[in-house]
Amino acid sequence: MKPTDIRNPEYFHKVIDCQYACPSHTPVPEYLRLIAEGRYADAYMINWHSNVFPGVLGRICDRPCEPACRRGRVDREPVAICRLKRVAADFKDAVKARMPQIPKEKNGKRVALIGGGPASLTVARDLMPLGYQVDLYDEQSAVGGFMRSQVPSFRLPLEVLDEEIDYILDMGVNTFLNCRITSLKEFLQKGYDAVFIGTGAPRGRDLPTLKGRQEGDDHIHVGIEWLAAVAYGHIDTIGATTLVIGGGNTAMDCCRMARRLGGKDVRVVIRGSRAKMNASPWEIEDALKEDIPIIEGLSPLEFVVRDGRLIGMHFAKGGDQENPVFIACDEVLLAVGQQNAFTWIEKELGLKLKNHWLPVIDEATLQSTLPQVFFGGDAALGPKNVITAVALGHQAAISIDLYCRGLDLKVRPAPGITLSSQKMGVHDWIYDSQVTDDARQRVPTVETVKSIQDRMLEVELGFDKKSGRTEAQRCLNCDVQTVFSFADCIECDACADICPTSCINFINNGEEEDLRSRLAMPAKNTSQDLYVSDVLKTGRVMVKDENVCLHCGLCAERCPTAAWEMVKCFYDCAKAGQ
Amino acid sequence: MTFTRPKFRHPDLPPNALGYTRRDYEGALSTLCAGCGHDSISNAIIQACYELPVEPHRVVKMSGIGCSSKTPAYFLGKSHGFNSVHGRMPAIATGANMANRDLLYLGVSGDGDTASIGLGQFTHVVRRNLNMVYIVMNNGCYGLTKGQDSATADRGSTSKKGTPNPFESIDLCELALQIGAGFVARGFSGDKSQLVPLLKAAMSCRGFSLVDVISPCVTFNNTSASTKSYQYVRDHAEATGTVDLVPPRQEIVTDYQDGATQEVTLHDGSVIFLHKEEGSRSITDRRAAIDALESHRAENRILTGILYCMDDGGDTHEMIKTTLQPLNSILQEDLCPGNAALQQLMEGYR
Repeated sequence: MKPTDIRNPEYFHKVIDCQYACPSHTPVPEYLRLIAEGRYADAYMINWHSNVFPGVLGRICDRPCEPACRRGRVDREPVAICRLKRVAADFKDAVKARMPQIPKEKNGKRVALIGGGPASLTVARDLMPLGYQVDLYDEQSAVGGFMRSQVPSFRLPLEVLDEEIDYILDMGVNTFLNCRITSLKEFLQKGYDAVFIGTGAPRGRDLPTLKGRQEGDDHIHVGIEWLAAVAYGHIDTIGATTLVIGGGNTAMDCCRMARRLGGKDVRVVIRGSRAKMNASPWEIEDALKEDIPIIEGLSPLEFVVRDGRLIGMHFAKGGDQENPVFIACDEVLLAVGQQNAFTWIEKELGLKLKNHWLPVIDEATLQSTLPQVFFGGDAALGPKNVITAVALGHQAAISIDLYCRGLDLKVRPAPGITLSSQKMGVHDWIYDSQVTDDARQRVPTVETVKSIQDRMLEVELGFDKKSGRTEAQRCLNCDVQTVFSFADCIECDACADICPTSCINFINNGEEEDLRSRLAMPAKNTSQDLYVSDVLKTGRVMVKDENVCLHCGLCAERCPTAAWEMVKCFYDCAKAGQ
Repeated sequence: MTFTRPKFRHPDLPPNALGYTRRDYEGALSTLCAGCGHDSISNAIIQACYELPVEPHRVVKMSGIGCSSKTPAYFLGKSHGFNSVHGRMPAIATGANMANRDLLYLGVSGDGDTASIGLGQFTHVVRRNLNMVYIVMNNGCYGLTKGQDSATADRGSTSKKGTPNPFESIDLCELALQIGAGFVARGFSGDKSQLVPLLKAAMSCRGFSLVDVISPCVTFNNTSASTKSYQYVRDHAEATGTVDLVPPRQEIVTDYQDGATQEVTLHDGSVIFLHKEEGSRSITDRRAAIDALESHRAENRILTGILYCMDDGGDTHEMIKTTLQPLNSILQEDLCPGNAALQQLMEGYR
């Protein structure tokens, strides 16, 4: 193999598993260290720059970072990154003064945002400090989109959401609420320099052709719309026996909300098996804790209506339509997916749609076939999650800024990289290199009896400062990189000997597959890179398998010639205007 | 400074034939200088014990005083150990071996502990061919007292102090060959691919097994003019051959038809295979081994690998005809059978 080019910013970025897995590439280890030091506001701001909604995401993020966490590969469970984000939000002091200054003098460019969800708000956050005039349109009476209408309050309290939305609106965003855009053609006549569409994936899928759907309509609801109705106070009760159809996170929200609105016997019915459910494992766990059974392998056949009232449903078990299974119920919530709908986009505008719910866009720039129109969030790529919406918002803001300045959208700004040596003394590091043995801390929750009675009561209480610190210190500091200088190495083997996880090898070079098989511990995880040095004096090369490196710094501590160095790599994903 | 090693290990760490992983053979975190050759040797010992495999509770670590003698703290943390007086480890090891002949004795010593203060002890334990492995971590200087030249420093070799050593050096391998060691080998801390099989062979042989390991002192004796520096040893080392040890009861799968391979079958049925150049000396010939050492010395070459192997030439227990049962397990009534037995014995003389 050729020597690894560590000057490529993506090499170290990939070593920081959590940050690499995060759609908006939040510098996780950096803010976890700040939490461990009790610097909550600093930790919050690092988050805020990257993911815009730390308090919200600290509760409801899909956390792609946690399955990626290196700790999960050496310990029983990964670091509770998501809930630590909440610690930063919960314990920070005032941060408003740290927010960027908004220029009084505008740059003369006007940008419209259609839909007030996380993607649009991110675009606003990124463009306001650059001097743009930003107008936000939403059909609801309050901004927040999915986060407000479809995430129940027992998971995300309103005040947390309002606080973080207000940070953005207070920058001077012009909001046009209760304002549904019915024609893009008419809208474009307002003469905006760029239009961003972040209308989300608001329409839940129905089962319109299933027998009994019309007759039982009063007691059959599309889950996501039902959740919105609950959030806005239009619905406050539900039948004692409720079936929730579907196995995604929306289904989990529906069933838990149904329990809070008086549902005594709430059951979830899924087509496939538990193991293949789309819902996140922790969401499933929370539902099970609230005595909600999940029934596997049943496909809906018919809504059974007697005397004009829904009395239950028939299901086919394992495709057997001849002997349907009957489950009695008073009410059904359908959570079988979401769809976009762009009925308000006229065909003759030249904005091409891929199908009736997704536009044709350039996935890198998010530009549609109509140059001044950009998409983001679920409206761009279909139903994802809040953190992806934020990531797409950042990219759209970059594109809009480049577009308004007449620059090439394909030339994206490079990420910011800051490398800083962690050496403080002969054997001392600036970062806390000690690897703790603590198990993952449990987040305390409100008693189920209490929380079931009040839908506004947040179930999770969050970590306190002490458990937050303990959990933050479980982080392995994967951003503190092991940097090897082959010219200084005397091949004494000290690093290879001390490495707790046997990552470091001094062997003859070869092709990647061959090298992987010849290491002291064969490198079977091919998603993780090998760090290969230039040729050493004995003709061998140093090969380090990045897979389970603990970033403990012992290689550098035991190196007599400082050929190993611990260098912190702060990777800052580019934002608009950089 | 880190004082404890993280407890996490590679998740795929494989167990050996006894069900132990390599972790079960580790010890505490080393406090020696960063880059010390001794740490490499400690790791080679861990690897050899793991691979062989030996049961950790069947091993006794014996040492004297010095940087090298500190190392038993850094390997085999679950084995027995005794850190004795300077240069007196052979006497303690002999005592322990007499009490319980069934354990594996690993003596760890340095060039000072062996060739200076302990030379008298060393020569006598060799002549008795005590069943033990004696590892010398040989760095040619007294590292613990700021790097003075030791008795194994080659004449003319210059340490960090800057003055060439005026005295002749003691070659411990040659000395051991002259006075009856059963197994003699020389290794280099910077070459584990050779050192691990050497240690495994040494642990498998019965009798006195000397492994003299050149182990550069990075702090005081790793200069360009030192003959015990990483660079010098790499440039001047020459191996007698590559070593394979096939443990007993393991099928010999490789077919060593090559005429240059020498096999030595040990008392327990394991076999040492030495793959060497055509026409090179036999490792069961003591005089040839001494010749080889001398001729390499004359050419400023360092001969490494197995130099001599005479398994089961009769260890101390056989020489002094002790009982096969470990003395520590013989009961009081067997050792002292009482007046009746004495009277019976006396009767025989009447």
